Amino acid sequence: MSANAGTFTPAPGRAPMRVVLRRQIRMELVLTARRGEAVVLAMGVPLLVLLGAGLTRATNLPTDDRLGYVVPGVLALTVMSTAFTGQAITTGYERGYGVLKRLGASPLTRPGLLFAKTVAIGCLVGLQMIALAAVGVIAGWRPELSQLPSALGVTVLATAAYSGLALLIASVLRPETTTAAATLIYVLMLAAGGIMFAAPDLGVAGHFLLPLAAHAEALRATLTDGASVPGSIWLSLTCWAAVALTAAARRFRWE
Amino acid sequence: MREAAVEVQDVVVRYGGVVAVGGVSLTVDRGSILALLGNNGAGKTSLLQVCEGFRAPDAGSARVLGLDPVADHDELMPRLGIMLQSGGVYPWATAGEILRLFASFAANPLDADMLLDRLGLRKFAKTTFRRLSGGEQQRLSLALALVGRPELVFLDEPTAGMDVGARQTTWELVESLRADGVSVLLTTHLLDEAERLADHVVIMDGGAVAATGTPAELTAAAGIDLLRVRADAGLAVGELAARLPAKAIERSPGEYEIAGALDTHAIAAVLGWFAAEGAQVTAVDTRRRTLEDVYLALTAGAAR
Repeated sequence: MSANAGTFTPAPGRAPMRVVLRRQIRMELVLTARRGEAVVLAMGVPLLVLLGAGLTRATNLPTDDRLGYVVPGVLALTVMSTAFTGQAITTGYERGYGVLKRLGASPLTRPGLLFAKTVAIGCLVGLQMIALAAVGVIAGWRPELSQLPSALGVTVLATAAYSGLALLIASVLRPETTTAAATLIYVLMLAAGGIMFAAPDLGVAGHFLLPLAAHAEALRATLTDGASVPGSIWLSLTCWAAVALTAAARRFRWE
Repeated sequence: MREAAVEVQDVVVRYGGVVAVGGVSLTVDRGSILALLGNNGAGKTSLLQVCEGFRAPDAGSARVLGLDPVADHDELMPRLGIMLQSGGVYPWATAGEILRLFASFAANPLDADMLLDRLGLRKFAKTTFRRLSGGEQQRLSLALALVGRPELVFLDEPTAGMDVGARQTTWELVESLRADGVSVLLTTHLLDEAERLADHVVIMDGGAVAATGTPAELTAAAGIDLLRVRADAGLAVGELAARLPAKAIERSPGEYEIAGALDTHAIAAVLGWFAAEGAQVTAVDTRRRTLEDVYLALTAGAAR
C-alpha cells in the first residue's frame, strides 16, 4: 500500500454485523411506512373489519359475542396481510428492481438480508397486533390472557408459513402477477377464512385447507375462550410452515 | 507479490444451450484498469457476473482477490465495489439514504457527502431513486460501489446513459481510483472510454477474446493508415498506387488520399513521387489507426 493515502486508497472491511443488520432492518421499516398502500392494506382493512363487523350487525356470525369473534379473526388477518400479501408484493418488486441482487452482493450478504427481512416482518406484525388489540379493547373486547403463550406460538407458526409462501410466489411469478395473486388470495381468505363471516364448516379438514381460518380459530379459542389450541391446528400450521419454508428455500431467486 | 486482482481461466458460461462466454481467460493486475470492450451480446456482462459471484462458471475458474467468488462470497463482498448495469436500489429510498445505508455496512466508509459532491449528486440527496434520471441513477450506483473503500471495483457499462459532463466526471473519478491503488474491471462498448481509461483492453466478440493488449499496442501494430497530401490538381495518382500496397485517389481537386498500411518507405515513396511529378506539395497530414478501426475490423462491423 502506498505511503501517501488518497481519497480512495483501499480500506475495505465490514462494519460489525449487528450494526449492518440494525441499519438494514431500519431501512426496511422506514420504506414500509413510506408506502401508503402497504400501510392501508396492513392496518386500514383490518381496522374497518374490526369496527364494521365487530360493532354492527352487518354480517351473520355464529355467536352473539361479536367482538369476541371478530377481534381474534382480525388479528389473524393482519398477520396474513403483512407476512404474506405485503411481503410477497414487496419482495417481487425488489427482485424485479435488482435490489435483492445488489444487497446480496454487499457486506450485508444474502443470509443477512433474509434475517433483516424476517425481523422487520416480525416487528411489523407485533406492532400491528398490539395496535389492533388495543382498538379492540377500547371497543369493548375483553381478552382472556391465560393462554397467551399458545396464542403467540400459533402466531409465530402462521407468520413463518405466510413468509415462506410470500417468498415462494415472489420467486416464481413476475412482480405484477405476484401483486395480483397475493391480493386475490387475501380477498378470498378474508371472505372464506372465518374473519367477518363464519368459515365454511369443514371440520378438521378446514384447519389444513385454510391456514387463516385455523389461526383465527386458535386465537378465538385462546384469547376469547381461554381454552387451549386444538391439536389439529398446531399440526396444520406446523405443516404449512414447514412446507412453505422448504419450498421457498428451494425456489427462492435473488434476481 | 500479492495475487492478481482478478484471474479468469477458460471460463465458459451457458444459458440453456446458448454459449454466452466460450472459454475466456484474462488477468487484472493490482492497481490497474482493464476494459472489456465489445458489442451487446459479446458476453461482457456474463463474464462480470462470474467474477461478482452471481453465478458459477459452467467450466473454467475465476479467482477474485485470491478468493472463489461463489464459495467465499461473504468474505469477498466487503472488499469489492459492484456497480450493476441498472437498478439495484429501492425506488422509494432517497439517494442520501441509500448511500448512507451502504456506508454503514463498511468498516471505514468514505464520507457520503464528499462522494455526493464528487459525483454532482448533492442536490439530489433527498430525491427518491425513481425520480432520478438514468445518468443520475448511474452515478449513484457508482457511489454505492465506492463508498466502502474497496480494493477492486467492477463497473458494468459505467457511463451508459450519462451526458457528456457526467461522463467526464466519471472518467476522472475512475482515474483517481487507479491513482489511489484501486483495481478496476469495467465493461464498455464505448471505444473512447476504453482508450482513455484502460491500461489493458480485452476485446470480446461472440463470447470469445478477439484481441488483447494496451490501447497503444492494439493501435500501433498497424501504424499510419492514411496519408492526405495537398498539391497541384489533376496528377495521375493511379500511377502512384500501382507502385504501393495502397490505394490512392484524388478526393477533390488537389486533395489526394493514400490509404493502406504505410510504413516509412511507403511514405517516402509517396512524397518522392510528388517531387518527381514536379508538384508543389502544400500540406501533408497523416492518420493513425484508431482503436475503432481495430475494433471494427475484429467485430464484424456491428458496432454503433
